[in-house]
Amino acid sequence: MRIPIDSYVLSNGLRVTLSEDHRAPIVAVNLWYHVGSANEREGRTGFAHLFEHMLFQGSEHVGANEHFELVQRAGGTLNGSTWLERTNYYETVPSHHLETALWLEADRMGRLLPAMTQEKLDTQRSVVQNERRWSVDNQPYGTWWEKLPALCFPASHPFHHSLIGSFADLDAASLEDIAGFFSTYYTPDNAVLTIAGDFEAAEARALVEKHFGSIARGGGRPALPDMSLPATFGTWLRETVEDDVMVPRLFLASRSPAFGTEAYYAASLCAAVLGLRRGSRLRRALVREQEVASAVSVSTWDLAKGADLFVVDATARPGVTAEQLEAAVAVELDRVVADGVREDEVSRAVALLETDMVLALQSAGDRADKLSMHATLFGEPERVNGELERYRGVTAAQVTAFARERLGPDNRASLMYVPKRGEG
Amino acid sequence: MRVDHKQILRFAQDDGGGVQFNKPTPGTARPYHFPRFTRTTLSNGLRVIVAPVRDLPLVTLHAFVDAGATHDPRGQEGVALLTAALMGEGTLAHDGAALADRFERLGTTLEVGADWDSAALEVTGLSERFEAFVALLSEVLRTPAFAEREVARLRGERLAELLEQRAEPRGLADDMFARFAYAEGARYGMPAGGNEASVGALTRDAFVAFHAARYTPSTTTLIIAGDIDADAALCAVVAQLGDWSAQPTTTADGRAPDAPSTVARGIDLIVKPDAPQSELRVGHVAIARGNPAWLRVHVMNAILGGLFSSRINLNLREKNAYTYGAFSSVDARRHAGCFEVSTAVQSDVTAPALREIFAEITGITQGEVSADELSLATAYLEGVFPIRFETTSAVAGALANLVIFGLADDYYDTYRASVRGMTTADVLAGARTLLRPAELRIVVVGDPAQVREALAGLELGPVREWDPTGAPATDRMKSE
Repeated sequence: MRIPIDSYVLSNGLRVTLSEDHRAPIVAVNLWYHVGSANEREGRTGFAHLFEHMLFQGSEHVGANEHFELVQRAGGTLNGSTWLERTNYYETVPSHHLETALWLEADRMGRLLPAMTQEKLDTQRSVVQNERRWSVDNQPYGTWWEKLPALCFPASHPFHHSLIGSFADLDAASLEDIAGFFSTYYTPDNAVLTIAGDFEAAEARALVEKHFGSIARGGGRPALPDMSLPATFGTWLRETVEDDVMVPRLFLASRSPAFGTEAYYAASLCAAVLGLRRGSRLRRALVREQEVASAVSVSTWDLAKGADLFVVDATARPGVTAEQLEAAVAVELDRVVADGVREDEVSRAVALLETDMVLALQSAGDRADKLSMHATLFGEPERVNGELERYRGVTAAQVTAFARERLGPDNRASLMYVPKRGEG
Repeated sequence: MRVDHKQILRFAQDDGGGVQFNKPTPGTARPYHFPRFTRTTLSNGLRVIVAPVRDLPLVTLHAFVDAGATHDPRGQEGVALLTAALMGEGTLAHDGAALADRFERLGTTLEVGADWDSAALEVTGLSERFEAFVALLSEVLRTPAFAEREVARLRGERLAELLEQRAEPRGLADDMFARFAYAEGARYGMPAGGNEASVGALTRDAFVAFHAARYTPSTTTLIIAGDIDADAALCAVVAQLGDWSAQPTTTADGRAPDAPSTVARGIDLIVKPDAPQSELRVGHVAIARGNPAWLRVHVMNAILGGLFSSRINLNLREKNAYTYGAFSSVDARRHAGCFEVSTAVQSDVTAPALREIFAEITGITQGEVSADELSLATAYLEGVFPIRFETTSAVAGALANLVIFGLADDYYDTYRASVRGMTTADVLAGARTLLRPAELRIVVVGDPAQVREALAGLELGPVREWDPTGAPATDRMKSE
């Protein structure tokens, strides 16, 4: 399965990818800005995400909340999200509304600041603080998103700090910060625009030039510090958190090869062998056979700079202690380090990943997002069409070599949640 | 305060020149049709619906069975959901591990589950493997093993889920709201998956009996959506399921599952000490999906709390910043589900947030919405229609709903015109059909120390406190 790709660069540096197909009369517009929480300065944790909220507060020619309203009035869906290395904004609309979507995105890329007010910032600051309460502070295990990278990356590393941010840092964010972040990072030469779905290429090119062509290039983004790290932690890192939960849950992370590198695909397949779906090793051993866990999964965070995280997530069955849970996970990791993986385990994983990749092609929004991801992180949207071959090219011996190098006791970080005394 | 305009001038040098800053005018909408489908009933009563969708080499097989939680025998609440889950845990020919392996080597996973109205088994994968999928699905439907070991494990996992939920405010609020919205003993008032007592008592015999009673050809519909020829699909189904014979029997006691609570209104506060937010649920029993007023109610709800730009979300999030989001919904079920506003607000604004929710619900029953509000909702629902059906799985799910809710075969062909025809008077009628402000039930999962007094001050009835198991809160908890 190959998807059509036509990519080019505007004179202001905006990288554009077009992927035309006419299955349904809908089109996805997707923008990735190459900025995430890793780019935040000290004392401003959570700012990249707060800024994402501000991008829905209007721009010079778009009123407050009008962005949402205009897309929904067009019959479209939309959202945005912030991650460690990037922030994305996207909408899927009936194809005859393509220009509205492009105009909305261009107005906020080119002319956001005239619409920024202290009142809007204060409101979104409170909304984000409520998002933090909802998804982190008032959710069982909710702090794992910030505690795990804090445990796994050194304090000076851009991936160490919280993406959602602390209350104090969110309180400190000012309109001056908004203006500075905007002019530094929200520039066409630090962004990627993808259009996927039902459009005519010539028309789309003309619309892109019309709406984005006059936005001035930025002054260049400041370089991130050197993010390279040793291949392993060098020890077994541990942190125990008492939380308002009923049963223990373990997040066990290993430092692993950066997303997109050749070694990454072996790591990703190893994660699938160990933890993807019911037939995976950990599901079989911990959930089905030993009944020490009610759920277990393994995934990678897909971080493209320096080092990635390979994360086992296991929730204890009632009555199983934290020590028993960790020991059961460790036995399986030790086993894959000692004995490696079998060919048939790898072929099961590849079969599942292959179907998942074809399934993801069904949605115009998913296609556009994948293209933007490869264009932003690697400068090559065409990589989308090579992903399956990359996975197919990985041998069981390579997966085993990854496990030997990266899943041993010298490269484990255990973030263990346990019930507060008196609970569970 | 506004940021100095000079700071942005370099981003807009071409102002007024070749650049179009005003909102563009849309072109002409391109046509869209919901996929065509054919319906067949085999001689054993099995219904088959095939919808060729030839965009990608994918196919979805979606079998749904009239074996949802409303069929749970009294005292065996949870048996329907666990039966569905156990279908994926082994057949007479393949134990659970071997069965998972067979699906996964074909690059797919058997998704099993049940809700109030049906049980569903779904496989989506590469269409070249279609015949293998049909054979496996048939094996699962006809010969589940219900091995003692798997029965004990899944029962234990459900009990673990119930235990974990005591510390999970969202699921806890949902379950507690249902409990207080429906009459005591009404099936909808208890979780679809059952509670500790009912699940703990379920044995292998209960699952075997439930399967025998409800999983039969005449209670099953198989939907096939994807890159498949309709005749070839039907042949494969006949080959695997044509000789399936079993007759359904009744399992539930026939009492209405949706009787509303008659307890006097009050605020039910589920104690979660030190919670930084209150999870709020406000609503009452609504109408059945098959009610002719459904579409009016649906459009009204979009305006009230269904869309991001709805009254409730704009009020609670964008105006007052009480929350990350606030929404309302009307649950689509064969019997009357609930109208429900859901949000989580910081603890110190719990009472003002409830006051705003009450004001919005009351307000929409008192006068017509504006033409702008109506057109936003109808334009959204009409326009988003093709986006809802991008995947074969979504097409299969939509076709399942036709059967489950007894909708006309042309429902999806006429849907957009019906939405477009809605008037502000229809919306008001929908609001008055659905909403009874005096009967709204209120559930709060939060910290009594921070919210108890303010809740009492709302004068919406007594504040009743409960622990997370649903028992009246003890004095020890109350004093925390």
